[in-house]
Amino acid sequence: MRNLDQTTQEVIDLATRHFKVPSGTLAASDDFFKKLGIDSLQALELLSRLENHFGIELPDYEVQGVSDFRTLAERIQSRL
Amino acid sequence: MLDLSQYQSVGAALKDALTTYAQETCLIEADRDREKERLTYRDFQNRAHPLARALQDVGFAAADRASIVMTNQSKWLISAYAVFFTGGVLVPLDYKLTPAEHWQLLKHSGAKVLITEYPIWRQLSGAPERAAAENVKLILVTEAPPKADLDGAKRWEDFRGAAEPVFAPRTRKDVACIVYSSGTGGRPKGCMMTHENYLEQCVALTSLYPFWPGVRYLSILPTNHAIDFMVGFFGPFTCGACVVHLRTLRPEFVRDAFPKYKITYVSLVPLVLKNLQKGLQARFDELPPGKRKIFDFLVAVNKAFTKNKPRLRLSRKLLGQVHAAFGGELRAIIVGGAFTEPQTLQFFYDLGIPVANGYGLTEAGTAITVNDLHPFRADTVGKPLPGMEVKIVNPAADGVGEVWVRSKTIMAGYLNDPEQTADVFSDGWLKTGDLGRFDSTGHLLLSGRKKNMIVTEEGKNIYPEDIETVFESLAVKEFCVFAANYVWPKRSMVGEQLILALHLENGQSYTDALRNDIIARNNRLLNYKRVHGVVLLDEDFPRTASLKIKRNILAERLAQLDRSSAILPL
Repeated sequence: MRNLDQTTQEVIDLATRHFKVPSGTLAASDDFFKKLGIDSLQALELLSRLENHFGIELPDYEVQGVSDFRTLAERIQSRL
Repeated sequence: MLDLSQYQSVGAALKDALTTYAQETCLIEADRDREKERLTYRDFQNRAHPLARALQDVGFAAADRASIVMTNQSKWLISAYAVFFTGGVLVPLDYKLTPAEHWQLLKHSGAKVLITEYPIWRQLSGAPERAAAENVKLILVTEAPPKADLDGAKRWEDFRGAAEPVFAPRTRKDVACIVYSSGTGGRPKGCMMTHENYLEQCVALTSLYPFWPGVRYLSILPTNHAIDFMVGFFGPFTCGACVVHLRTLRPEFVRDAFPKYKITYVSLVPLVLKNLQKGLQARFDELPPGKRKIFDFLVAVNKAFTKNKPRLRLSRKLLGQVHAAFGGELRAIIVGGAFTEPQTLQFFYDLGIPVANGYGLTEAGTAITVNDLHPFRADTVGKPLPGMEVKIVNPAADGVGEVWVRSKTIMAGYLNDPEQTADVFSDGWLKTGDLGRFDSTGHLLLSGRKKNMIVTEEGKNIYPEDIETVFESLAVKEFCVFAANYVWPKRSMVGEQLILALHLENGQSYTDALRNDIIARNNRLLNYKRVHGVVLLDEDFPRTASLKIKRNILAERLAQLDRSSAILPL
């Protein structure tokens, strides 16, 4: 099973590909709204991609208020 | 529809609706592609009455306050009805606020009861601010796992009284809801909305956009928002219509809900509407040249035939595929919460999908003006609703002045704040702080704001005072947050931004360390509340005798600076 660091890295890798940013530009503590310049709808798109990748369901209300990759990875990790 | 002129309260009207439309479906709740439940008005009553009785059994009585902090779902409406049935005052809060903000407003509202759902309660229960909200005596939590530690709360599902509850009548002038229009970081503005406000607004709105049994409204905007409370609860219920709740708002599931549930109306904020437009436009752009030509021709025909009024049947025939994607029954998209760009409105209307754009603010009920579609006008926010008196005060040469409103839908005032209440009223008129003018056909055109605040495309009202606490103890002499368009008046309702005005200490310079501190603090705010840039001012801020910043005078000083060069982006 993945540990939190691995999950975080996978989240970052997937966000890097999904939003087509150069690799290595995103970090675990980054605020993805600010760093990627995305709105709440684009964040929901990312969640759907993450669900497919990890094979889990992540309810919208579970990630309410989450804005950095590390915390997002923690919420995913708790459902793996 | 019930004759609402006969009713004294929201609760009385809803009570009759439940018996009048007993066999009709009132609620459908779905989670992703799974339908969780479907309730008739009788089922709804059977769920709500035991809750109302249990509330009465613990001493909850008329005029007591109960708050709901929940995402859109059937238990939101069931709980709200139970509160109204007992004569209580509902305090609907935005579930997207932080725990600290929730507790602050719960304390300010004086709520005795909090009704929330488990994932939200997990965040709320451990927040240190909870201790100060001693007024909250009973907490009900929905959908808690069987072995969950509820930390003093009770399970909503188990909180049921055995006997029939006793209906508590209220008068039209009594307060029905306390709705917060702002103040999560500063001075709360709890709008006291009366039963009359809702009854009158419902009559006015349904005269233009009617509901009836069989209509299905897709509830996406949070139900604490004035629009969804009216068109996603009170309006459809008093007409026997059905409300569809989705527990997830991922675009793919929202898209599927339209054809699956044959949606009649939906309310959206401009951001979502624009996103929908982008998605549709991308699909149109992918059409092969031949098909695209035919499509463009059909749109042109539709435009020609719907110039003076919508012709839904014709539009559905001409542009069948587009309408099928929306379920084929969609009558209008209601858009609100913020200003919508005319080209987005026109895009949908040209496809034969009317967009009911309007203008309103929490203090004035749901809406002040709405597009009546006769003809559709994308460049305006429509005409005043029946019963609304709207005037333009101190108009400039071009007719633009402050919009003032008077009607039975205007709030009774701000809770526990006569000073702020006096500030927004003048001889019975509500001073909106928005700037606009009427054209020769009676349509209102908005052109900017007089007040120091912004509204985001997601429909969020942000008052600078509310976010200043995050910059407290910043290593500068003094600071103040402003809406940029308040400092440098701009005839625009979109792209509004906040700025942080700084006065540095003598000899201090704007270093990277200071900038990084501001960025770090800014990031603690929800993304839509963040300041966009910094403006440096090299003089003491003007202050009152009690040392409060004189914001209007400071704004005048800032306005002497050139906007584009003065704002240092963060």
